[in-house]
Amino acid sequence: MNGPAPMEVLKQHLIDPEICIRCNTCEETCPVDAITHDANNYVVKAEVCNGCMACISPCPTGSIDNWRTVLKSQAYSIEEQFTWDELPAQNTTASAALDNHAPASADAGASAADNLDESPAGIDVDTARGSTLPPWSAAKPYVNLYTHKLPIVATVVGNYRLTGESTASDIHHIMLDFGTTPFPVVEGQSIGILPPGATQDGKMHHARQYSIASPRDGEREGYNNLSLTVKRVTQDHRGKEADGVCSNYLCDLKKGDKVNVIGPFGSTFLMPNHPNSHLLMICTGTGSAPMRAMTEYRRRRRLKGATGKLMLFFGARTKEELPYFGPLVNLPKDFIDTTLAFSRTAGQPKRYVQDAMRERAADVGQMLRDDNTFIYVCGLKGMEDGVLQALRDIAVQNGIEWDPLWRALKREGRLHLETY
Amino acid sequence: MSTINYSEKIPNNVNLADDRTLQRALEQWQPNFLSWWGDMGPEGSPNYDVYLRTAVSVDAGGWAHFDHVKMPDYRWGIFLTPGVADRQISFGEHKGEAAWQEVPGEHRANLRRIIVTQGDTEPASVEQQRHLGLTAPSMYDLRNLFQVNVEEGRHLWAMVYLLHRYFGRDGREEAEALLDRRSGDENNPRILGAFNERTPDWLAFFMFTYFTDRDGKFQLSALAESGFDPLARTTKFMLTEEAHHMFVGESGVSRVIQRTSQVMNELKTDDVNKIRAAGVIDLETIQRYLNFHYSVTIDLFGADHSSNAATFYSSGLKGRYEESKRDDDHQLNGQSYKLLDVQDGKLVEREVPMLNAMNEVLRDDYIRDSVAGVGRWNKVLEKAGIDVRLSVPHKAFNRQIGTFAGVRVAPDGRLVNENEWKANEAKWLPTPEDRAYVASLMGRVVEPGKFANWIAPPAMGINRQPVDFDYVRFN
Repeated sequence: MNGPAPMEVLKQHLIDPEICIRCNTCEETCPVDAITHDANNYVVKAEVCNGCMACISPCPTGSIDNWRTVLKSQAYSIEEQFTWDELPAQNTTASAALDNHAPASADAGASAADNLDESPAGIDVDTARGSTLPPWSAAKPYVNLYTHKLPIVATVVGNYRLTGESTASDIHHIMLDFGTTPFPVVEGQSIGILPPGATQDGKMHHARQYSIASPRDGEREGYNNLSLTVKRVTQDHRGKEADGVCSNYLCDLKKGDKVNVIGPFGSTFLMPNHPNSHLLMICTGTGSAPMRAMTEYRRRRRLKGATGKLMLFFGARTKEELPYFGPLVNLPKDFIDTTLAFSRTAGQPKRYVQDAMRERAADVGQMLRDDNTFIYVCGLKGMEDGVLQALRDIAVQNGIEWDPLWRALKREGRLHLETY
Repeated sequence: MSTINYSEKIPNNVNLADDRTLQRALEQWQPNFLSWWGDMGPEGSPNYDVYLRTAVSVDAGGWAHFDHVKMPDYRWGIFLTPGVADRQISFGEHKGEAAWQEVPGEHRANLRRIIVTQGDTEPASVEQQRHLGLTAPSMYDLRNLFQVNVEEGRHLWAMVYLLHRYFGRDGREEAEALLDRRSGDENNPRILGAFNERTPDWLAFFMFTYFTDRDGKFQLSALAESGFDPLARTTKFMLTEEAHHMFVGESGVSRVIQRTSQVMNELKTDDVNKIRAAGVIDLETIQRYLNFHYSVTIDLFGADHSSNAATFYSSGLKGRYEESKRDDDHQLNGQSYKLLDVQDGKLVEREVPMLNAMNEVLRDDYIRDSVAGVGRWNKVLEKAGIDVRLSVPHKAFNRQIGTFAGVRVAPDGRLVNENEWKANEAKWLPTPEDRAYVASLMGRVVEPGKFANWIAPPAMGINRQPVDFDYVRFN
């Protein structure tokens, strides 16, 4: 925290009364009895809910997954929620307070349990199914050095397209330099970008979060810079045309442009530093950014005699849409064991990362058996389920009981899930 | 050598891997189940990859695993909600005694009957719905149908587990018989009436999942209170899945209403012919479908005055909805309950011992729950500025079981003579023309993100996926 925050801001958990069918599943599931109901609505007690997310996946409707930023002192009471026919719009006083009192929103990674109060829009860390702790040998990260109120200004020193011109998927590699201002990061962390301008109703755009694609010692080794992997958003999640505010801003940047940056964020999705640790990395699309950072760090510090292995499963729709395809396939096979999966190659059956993992079940199984293996998953929401299922199936196939292993992976900071 | 890798093929928390007897029973039954699924499961679907939710354990993390799977490979698991140490029976004559971990001899026949009756409804609804995939209004809805189907299959497994594990040879025979009966078969029908009705179209399917699966919710809730602990724990876990079925029904009807309202507003009309000409379902027809499914479903609760129901309650086999949340003596001796009766051409109330009215008690709880959801459908109309409101008919309307069987009652609760009934039946219940019209709208729309004209898209996708996600891959 940067000094005392005069107003505490809360990301309040709410249930959408227009979608909820009052089935009682959430109330039954909640481990801390934060959910209750009357004849009209199911509601969440703001002072009890600890954001453990246990209620999210059992909800059959999706109505459970709603959040509003509010001043803690003005959180919606359950009495008020009982009367609702629909969810309230985002309260502007609270979001203004959020912008003015950045600590609450920019306090990313400071505490995993407080995960809800943090970070700009963009990346979700699954703390229910993945670890809430970093690997024991991870470098100690700095977080929240720069906030909405006091962002750091970076200069664009490079911006080029990574994907083939023939594909609709426009992914850019963008390099930002911080000059002489300190901006220390480690692999797996992310930063927030503040796009210029305001929304139609005059509010500042929210910050958007991007994973860092370069290692701690700079995109260019020994320089105070970093790189991002950004996909230009041209459709909303329903497939309608919609230009992503921040991604378009970033992809259109020219060399020399200035960018407002906040962060760094993230204190769990970090790589182990002991050289004999193994990395099992599973990603799709721009989810490759942290994997690139970790791989590049390992490549630069390749120690003689170290036994740590790198195994990568990387999925994209087609070869042309796979960022960093060229450099990746040129990495020595004895350095990294890479399996690519393309889901939309013409004339070929769809193949997803979890299919590729299953094909390599014996090798993945060998990694799962080793206590020095650390697993990283990053990509679109929804890949998580398939990947966890594949890990489970592979474990069972290799005669390893999944549930105890899963618990150990979570407890030991060896399973990290990040989606956007 | 066992042919089944138990923890992999049949995720379970009943220690199946170490229970040889149960393994042998299931090894026999499982192939028959799969062959039943092949014959009577969703038509034409075995090769589809469907984005399904699979329960792989009972905790929050393992409860809802989503992945594309082929339905015959769906992992039908056996799950019981974790037991409560030293659980006591909470109602009836055995109140305060330790819950039974094995079947008490004197209740064996009744418990078996309860389990078989519940178990019989599960494959029945799969059979009733097997052709619906051919006329799905969207890929999203198709996926929801399949999810309902595989979970009904799992509920059958749950009941078969109890029969195999606790009822010996007759349990195994009953488990086989569950796969032999067929919905609507003249010679070997399903046990309960509503499960022999056809589910001919998607409006009927949505109404069925809203009303009839809600009967399932109430029956399961009552059984989740049972003194027979394995039954209580099994049904408790089934309830978490049942919620999805009611979601499909509630949101399905809601989206039909939303689309109709939209067209009514666009055309500025409430003329049924114009509404039908625009290819959407008029609110009158929706009301008639509602009347039908509601009345057929409340019959499922059984006769209003029942000594069997009294026995089930007193002996601790089947409780009330939310028994443990109620504030009374949980034995109900000497208490009374008001039932409706017909006297001198009028509906009157009469008091009966509450124990004999346990079916009615559950039915009334069900009615309250159903009415609340109809109120949420009306909110859709309200929001669209349409002043029609839907309502459930009087509980004496169109009944085939109990006091009102054979009595003609209008939806508003007036007793009517046969002539008046005949004159109005077409206003109150779906006519062959209504059904033919709805059937005429049923085409197959399965391109991701596309929806049939008569239904609005959902507000959100499944498991945070977009609405146009490829929920079903046809291969």
